[in-house]
Amino acid sequence: MNETAAPTAAHSALSAPRRGPAQGGKAVAWMRENLFSSWWSTAVTLALAYLLIRYAASFIDWAFVKAIWSVPTGANGLPDTTSCRDNPGGACWAVIAEKHRFILFGTYPYEEHWRPMLVCCLFVGLYIVSAMRRFWNWRIVPIWLVTLTLIGILMWGGVFGLSYVPQERWGGLPITLILATFGLAFAFPLAILVALGRRSRLPAIKAICVLYVELIRGVPLISLLFMASVMFPLFLPEGMNIDKLLRAQIAIILFAGAYLAEVVRGGLQALPKGQYEAADALGLSYWKKTLLVVLPQALRIVIPPLVNTFIGFFKDTSLVLIIGIFDLLTAGKTAFMEPHWQAFGVEVYVVLGIIYFIFCFAMSKYSAGLEAELNRHRRR
Amino acid sequence: MSAAETLASSVRADAPPAILLERVNKWFGALHVLRDVSMQVAAGERVVVCGPSGSGKSTLIRCINRLEEHQEGRIVVDGIELTDDLRSLDAIRREVGMVFQSFNLFPHLTILENCTLAPIWVRKMPKKQAEELAMELLTRVRIPEQAHKYPGQLSGGQQQRVAIARALCMQPKIMLFDEPTSALDPEMIKEVLDVMVELAATGMTMICVTHEMGFARQVADRVVFMDRGEIVEQGTPQEIFGNPKTDRLRLFLSQILRGH
Repeated sequence: MNETAAPTAAHSALSAPRRGPAQGGKAVAWMRENLFSSWWSTAVTLALAYLLIRYAASFIDWAFVKAIWSVPTGANGLPDTTSCRDNPGGACWAVIAEKHRFILFGTYPYEEHWRPMLVCCLFVGLYIVSAMRRFWNWRIVPIWLVTLTLIGILMWGGVFGLSYVPQERWGGLPITLILATFGLAFAFPLAILVALGRRSRLPAIKAICVLYVELIRGVPLISLLFMASVMFPLFLPEGMNIDKLLRAQIAIILFAGAYLAEVVRGGLQALPKGQYEAADALGLSYWKKTLLVVLPQALRIVIPPLVNTFIGFFKDTSLVLIIGIFDLLTAGKTAFMEPHWQAFGVEVYVVLGIIYFIFCFAMSKYSAGLEAELNRHRRR
Repeated sequence: MSAAETLASSVRADAPPAILLERVNKWFGALHVLRDVSMQVAAGERVVVCGPSGSGKSTLIRCINRLEEHQEGRIVVDGIELTDDLRSLDAIRREVGMVFQSFNLFPHLTILENCTLAPIWVRKMPKKQAEELAMELLTRVRIPEQAHKYPGQLSGGQQQRVAIARALCMQPKIMLFDEPTSALDPEMIKEVLDVMVELAATGMTMICVTHEMGFARQVADRVVFMDRGEIVEQGTPQEIFGNPKTDRLRLFLSQILRGH
């Protein structure tokens, strides 16, 4: 028994006198405590260990050991995937190597792929800057405006010697990031206004907000997207046409706004009445009270459900595939349409899953940190 | 000596009343919480309102800065009548400070920020000046060293003293106290009452809902006894505590004296 383990061992010996002293280091003591503390816990540990070893082993076998990473080019100039097809027990990562640019950027002109690449980097940079509390002041507004303008210039082109790329040819990750970023950036302020409106004393404002939330929440996002893409143009005057992506974007903003509004309202309701009264008694006007006292507290309370909704909507942007917009998921699906790649959808989905996971997990980790940071004042 | 004469002795009789209530009535649904309440508070006067729970005393002072709306009668504060007009409400709230039973400090702001928020945003005071004023008042309530902590890190007595400083930062003419010591542990009551006694000595107009009879005897010009929504008796502390005229007041006094 080494010295560092002694207190732990002594502690477990005290709490379970029948057990002998731990032989070995901290790891053994930890395992004894957490994995083998009773016969029931031991049984569960063993069963899970069996499943883990069995399935993880076969996954590693598929993904790495038996995997094929590249395929030769065939006589007809197309990739020859025979070796992959003869190898059912292993993954064919060659599909990713071959198709990654199509998955990421869809049908965007091949030689211009640096532009959507740069757009994705700009988006990630924008997220990082926005996440820093140092920029939580007026400076964030010009930063967003400049970045979004740059993104627009890069995607469309037509100026500064960039060739014009119509929106129909955009695709892949930039579409997903555009839909998610604009969607949440507009839906969130909208949601705050609607949540405040639902608690308004003015009956008309309250009624409009309730109607909006209930109407939008009552229909699936898919039907909203259909309405935006099929029905909405019918109402427009002849000759006027709003971009398809913009229509989908508006549908997503309206949909996310309704859900976020209910989350924000939860925070407003969780705030003690005394906070409103204290602000009133100090003579703060409605908007000052809301911005200085109510929202800072209410939004902190709802960070977990807020981020939950954010993550949900980031993934829900993939539903735009039903109205023919080429987001990341649709581009991935299309990538293995060609006959010689058709058998390798799983590999593509694994990679898409990893991309979505990276964004969602980053959001989740950031929110956990933010929550701890912002709720420091509650510590006693 | 009548209540009016006592009043005249401590307060200038010719000054207009700081607060005037005329036949104020209020209902919560079917419950009649204020019945024909009329009273005047002169500038500089210290009034203690007491009565059993549910007697309407908190509702009464909450009507004075319109945290509650009265349905009948008139309330005039510092020459401004309380109406639905938002401008008059803003004007009154700038002149009337309030301290709550549950402190109601803003937990997401530091002590200093709690104190400077309203001066900066309502009185448009420059930040530096507001901070100086806040530090001066925090010194007066004897907790300048806590200025950069958050309310959650302070004891109840300290929080309530901050709440008093926060209200005073608006430089009000009138201070309302709604059972300021009821939520405190016994050992913290004194530190808050001491601050209130000092404040009374500065000539501030005060209305205080409290059961602290020692405080009432020490600083009150007048004690108002309420029961079931009406003012039953009022007079000097000596008259109210020494010579109660109604059974209701006698019953109330016997109950709170037994409790102490």
